[in-house]
Formats: sequence, C-alpha cells, structure tokens
Amino acid sequence: MTDVLEIQDLHVSVEGKPILRGVNLLIRRGETHALMGPNGSGKSTLGLVIMGHPNYEVTSGSIKLNGQELLEAGPDERARQGLFMAFQRPVAIPGVKLADFMRHATTNVRNPDRKEGEELIAMREFRKELRSNMDQLKMDHEFARRYVNDGFSGGEMKRAEILQMAMLQPKFAILDETDSGLDADAVRLASQSIAEIGRDKMGLLIITHHDKLLEHNPPEYTHVILGGRIVESGGVELANELYSKGYERIRQQYPDANAVNQSMEEEDASQVLGT
Amino acid sequence: MPEVESALPFTLDGFQQLLDRRGDPDWVVEARREAWAAFEAMEWPSRSSEEWMRTDLRLFHLDRFHLVVNEEPPETPLSVLNQGVDVGGRAVSWNGATHSEWVSEDLAAKGVVFCSLNRAVQEHSELVRPYLMNRAFESRYDRFAALHAAWWNSGSFLYVPRGVVVEQPLHLVSGLSGGADLGHTLVVLDEGAEATVLSESLSPEPKATGLHCGGVELLVGQGANLRFVNLQDWGTGVWHFAQQKALVDRDANLQWTVGALGAKLAKVNQHVELLGRRAECQVNGVMFTEGRQHLAYHTLQHHVSPDCHSDFLYKGALQDQSRIVWRGMIKVDPKAQKTDGYQRNDNLLLSDVARSDSIPGLEIEADDVRCTHGSTSGRVDEELIFYARCRGYTRKEAIRMIVAGFFQQVFDRIPIESVREALGESIARRVRDYE
Ligand SMILES: Nc1ncnc2c1ncn2[C@@H]1O[C@H](COP(=O)(O)OP(=O)(O)OP(=O)(O)O)[C@@H](O)[C@H]1O
Ligand SMILES: [Mg+2]
Repeated sequence: MTDVLEIQDLHVSVEGKPILRGVNLLIRRGETHALMGPNGSGKSTLGLVIMGHPNYEVTSGSIKLNGQELLEAGPDERARQGLFMAFQRPVAIPGVKLADFMRHATTNVRNPDRKEGEELIAMREFRKELRSNMDQLKMDHEFARRYVNDGFSGGEMKRAEILQMAMLQPKFAILDETDSGLDADAVRLASQSIAEIGRDKMGLLIITHHDKLLEHNPPEYTHVILGGRIVESGGVELANELYSKGYERIRQQYPDANAVNQSMEEEDASQVLGT
Repeated sequence: MPEVESALPFTLDGFQQLLDRRGDPDWVVEARREAWAAFEAMEWPSRSSEEWMRTDLRLFHLDRFHLVVNEEPPETPLSVLNQGVDVGGRAVSWNGATHSEWVSEDLAAKGVVFCSLNRAVQEHSELVRPYLMNRAFESRYDRFAALHAAWWNSGSFLYVPRGVVVEQPLHLVSGLSGGADLGHTLVVLDEGAEATVLSESLSPEPKATGLHCGGVELLVGQGANLRFVNLQDWGTGVWHFAQQKALVDRDANLQWTVGALGAKLAKVNQHVELLGRRAECQVNGVMFTEGRQHLAYHTLQHHVSPDCHSDFLYKGALQDQSRIVWRGMIKVDPKAQKTDGYQRNDNLLLSDVARSDSIPGLEIEADDVRCTHGSTSGRVDEELIFYARCRGYTRKEAIRMIVAGFFQQVFDRIPIESVREALGESIARRVRDYE
C-alpha cells in the first residue's frame, strides 16, 4: 500500500497570530507536488508544522501519516517515521562535524526503535555511503569534516541539506527553497540530484519561486498558497504560469486571501523596519 | 618506628606540631613561620571586595578541617588523564600527604628532577629554594595563600634542565575525601627545556567533602615550552581555593589547559605573567557545573614585555542551580608594546536557574597593542535542538551533541588526546535532560 501524508483543515497560529487558515493537502509517496505562493503566504510555516516545530500552535485540523495522527509526535518521532524537511535557512551547529551528525541521524532514522546510547551504524559502511552520496552531489569529501552549516556558503548549505535527504531516505520530503542561494549550474545539479534521490521513491513537496528546480522534477500537482490557504491546485501548467507571469491573476481571483496576505506582508515589513 | 596517624587542627598548636613532625630545612621553616604570622594577622576576604562579592564564604569554617598525617589511602585514586598515555613519572598524594612517587631512570639520567615537594626540599634544597613561593606564588595575596604557604604538606616538584626535552608526560594525582589538601606544584623549566605535565585532582566518591587550599607555580624559562593540564574533579562537597601563577620568559611558550568540573565552591586565581619578549601563552578552560556548585575563576594575563601573545579561552556549561563567575583581565604594562592579547568566555546555561557572571576587563597602558575580549552567555538555542530532532535526534541527544560541540571548539586547541577524551566523557556523563 502506498504511504499517504494527509493534511486536513490545518489552522496554525504563532504567538496568537493566525498564519495558516485551513490548509488541505494530500501527498502519496512517489508523487511530486510544487507549493508556490508569494512571500509570507505560509509556505515555510506549513513545512515546519508538518515537522512539529514547537513555536507553531495547531489550533485545529490534522496531519496524518497513513491515517495515523502525527500532531502529538515530536519532530524526532516524525523524522523516524519518514518525514524530512530541507530547510530554507538551516542553522549551524558549531563544533559538530557533519559526518558525525549524519552518522547519528542516519542510525536513529534507520532504527526507529533505537534507545539512546545503543550502538551507531558501522563506521565503514556509513562512510562509504556518505562518500558516494557526496560524489553524486559533487561535494568534496573534506566537507564531511566541517562543522554542520558553520560558515557554509548559501549553496553549500543547500547541498548539505540534499545530502542529508539522500542519507536518510525519507518517505516524504519537503524542500523549502532548496534552490535559493544557488548559482545556475548548482540549481541544475540540485534539481538533477533531487530527481535521482527522491523522484518516484518519495513524496516530494517542493517549495520554490523559480522553475529551475522543477526542471527535472515536473510536478504532478501544483498548489498555490495565499494568505495561509491553498487557493488553487492544478498540474504542471499552473507552476509554469506562476513563474512566468507571477501572482497577479491569483491575487485578483482570490481577493479575500490576498487581503490577508497583504496584511501579513505589511506586518512583516513593519517588524523589519522596527516601526 | 612508624609514626601514629594524627589530625592537626589549623591552630598555632597544630602548626607547631606540623613543624616538629616535618623536620624541614631552616629556610622552609622560616618561610612557614612568616606565612603563619601573616595568616594570623589577616582576615578572611570580605564580600565587599570586587573579587569576593559574588562568592559567599559564610558557610566555610576552617576549624571543621584538619591536616591528617600518615593516613593510608583506601587505594590508589583512580586517574583518567593517563589513559592510553605512557607517562615518564608519577607523583600521587592522598588527603594532603605524599603517597607515592616515581620517575623513569631515563629522565633521572638526563638530570630531570621529578618527585614530591617533600622530598625535593630535603634532597634538592638548593635547587628548590630560589623558586619555591619566591618568584611566582604570592604568600601574602590573601588569607588562603598565607594558609597554604604555612601549611603545605604535599605536592610535586619538576625541574627540567637546560635544553632537555621530556617527551613522556609527567603525571600528578591528588586524591581527597574528607581531609585537607594543601598541595603545592612547582614546575621549573630551564632555558630551552620542554615538558608536558598532566595534573589531576579527584575524589573517589562524587559527593566527597574536603578542603583544598593549593598553589601552582610554573616557571617557564627562556625559549622553553611547557604544556600543563589541570583537571579539577573533586567531589561536590570540597572547598577549593587556589592560586596558580605562571611566569613565561623570553621566547618561551606555555599552553595551559584547565578542566574545572568538581568542588562545592571553587575560587581560583590564575595569573600568567608574560615576562620576556615574545613570550606566548595559550589557556584553554573547560568548566561544567551542576547541582549547587559555585565556580569562580579570576584570570589575569599580565603583559610585562613587548611582542608577547596571550590567548585565553574559557567555556562553561551550567546545569541545575549552579553558578560560574568568570572575571578576566588583560593588563598591559607601559613598555609592553605590540602586545597581542585575547580573552573570551562563553557560557551555556542548561537550566533556568543556573547563573553565570562573565566580567572581562582590560587595563592597557601601552599604546601600540591589539587586545580583544568578549563573552557570551545563553541557553541552548531551541532552533538547533529542533533541527537535530528533525534529523531523528531525541531532545536529550540533541542537547548532548550541542553541548559537546560547544566544548569541541576548546578541545580543538588541545593537542593531547587523553585530555580531550577525559574532559569530553566527563561532560557527556553529566549532561542531563532539561526542559
Ligand atoms: N516564528 C514566527 N514568529 C512570528 N511570525 C512568524 C513566525 N513564522 C512565520 N511567521 C509569519 O508567518 C507568515 C508566513 O511566514 P512563512 O515563513 O511561512 O512564509 P513563506 O511563505 O515561507 O515566505 P517566503 O517566500 O518569504 O519564504 C509571515 O507573516 C511570517 O512573518
Ligand atoms: Mg519560506
């Protein structure tokens, strides 16, 4: 039976402020979905909530994996059940080598029932696997010895996120702007790698503003989020329309959602400006 | 005839008995008497002084402790720094008295003197005399220093002659449980000499009590190179007071690693004087506290000569209701031009009620210098925990890893593997879950 990730009528607030206002989404393993929408519409929030970020309060709705409610599960349990997110802004963990970080992570995700302190996966096999994945991503092996995201360039960070996805082999992967900060060649490589690693094997939710990442991953479904709601879903042609023509039609067609989005954007702008 | 075990109180009468039993050379007796007179004339430090305002001594009572002589240790205290290390000599003390000492014949043949300080003042009196509490240790600094100078009864002496390179580390172990340890460490490296000293203090039981009132003197001669490691892992009932001072001469290099893990209350003055031109000193400090531990470190990097480099990095993690006070000072004398001085203290709070005070300071009288300092203090970043959990780490595993990474930045500066491992493992064992 195919694995299914289903989000129903999801409402989410942060510090009492509503951000997601009834999101519905169903992804089957093997499908590729694109999630598009203007800045501040709630794309990253949706990803973070699926992973169980503690700052976001789910006020109603559900997130189910194969019919099982996930809302009570911590991020680590969700990761062990096969969820993954490549972050828009990954954080640095100074002093922790990427290889060590990944060995522990890979061990936990592959042995979901592992108790703390139990043995890690064998070093030799792990290293071999890590290296072959790094080769595929054209990453220098030395990279594994660097501290996680510490001083990484924008492009290096995104590549390291894809590397983690390759090692952890999740059932579902959310890729949050994994193309931002990459130059044209790097985006092509990322797009290719994602296709090789995840396409048909995983359920992919690709958040992007551009077309390049979708080049090798043409989405079966495209969703447009505006003001915290998915206002329209379609096929690959919807994605094509959005990155070539922008969100003007969407904004006009869904004035209520647009008003909500604009007020969130204004609030963000005033916070940035400190007014 | 074996002497009977006895416990000497820290009184005039006890002091007299100590002198009678020890039979020190005259110059040592003289120095002890002067220090005892200074002790009697002084008050305990007052909380109104800057150095003690954050460190509460009200529960400390010297009359609760005695110097125990001729007590046999339960067994040789378990040491950790020598794991996997081939040492060239070892001196062990137990509850403030020398327990055992040995040095390899090879080193002795090269003129290296390594033994208990008790033996050193008897058998190498003329060698020890110019140095012992004469150039570095300040016996009148405060009442603890005076007590130490009057009553020291254990400790070690290392002398490395000119140009001699000691490859194998020398190992100092002090054990303490219930007693008083007034051990003194004196290390003298003559011109161009090199050595590594691993010094550890520990208690057989984690909650052991006791008093340590100690002193360390490191005299690093011209062009000499000393690596000194100091691991303090007393039981959590031990009062720890120490004055530790190094003099680094021209073109000499000192690397000093400090691990501060144990004690109920620790008050340490660490003072490095860059005495000769182009002297260098690097200090790597790792502190971990829990329960109600209180750790106060006062460091001073004193640039006396031009072109010297000092680099102090202290990192601390605090659990439960513990507290760390770190006060660092870079002092640059008027003639110490081209000084390059750096000091930094970062603390990680692992609970809501832990508290750290970090007070870096500069006192600069030369005009052509580069001195930088900084300190940070904060909780483990929840975003890092979340990121790791998204990769399958439990919250506890994530915190452990983040704490280990925090300290890794100090460990990266420590070249001795056994030291990195001992510190890393002690810390990993201590980190608990927290909300
Ligand atoms: N932790 C938070 N605290 C406060 N506000 C938040 C938080 N996270 C998100 N928001 C707000 O929620 C809204 C949606 O943010 P989100 O990051 O999900 O947008 P996005 O669609 O990913 O935008 P972008 O395309 O710029 O990445 C914004 O107004 C943002 O400021
Ligand atoms: Mg975003």
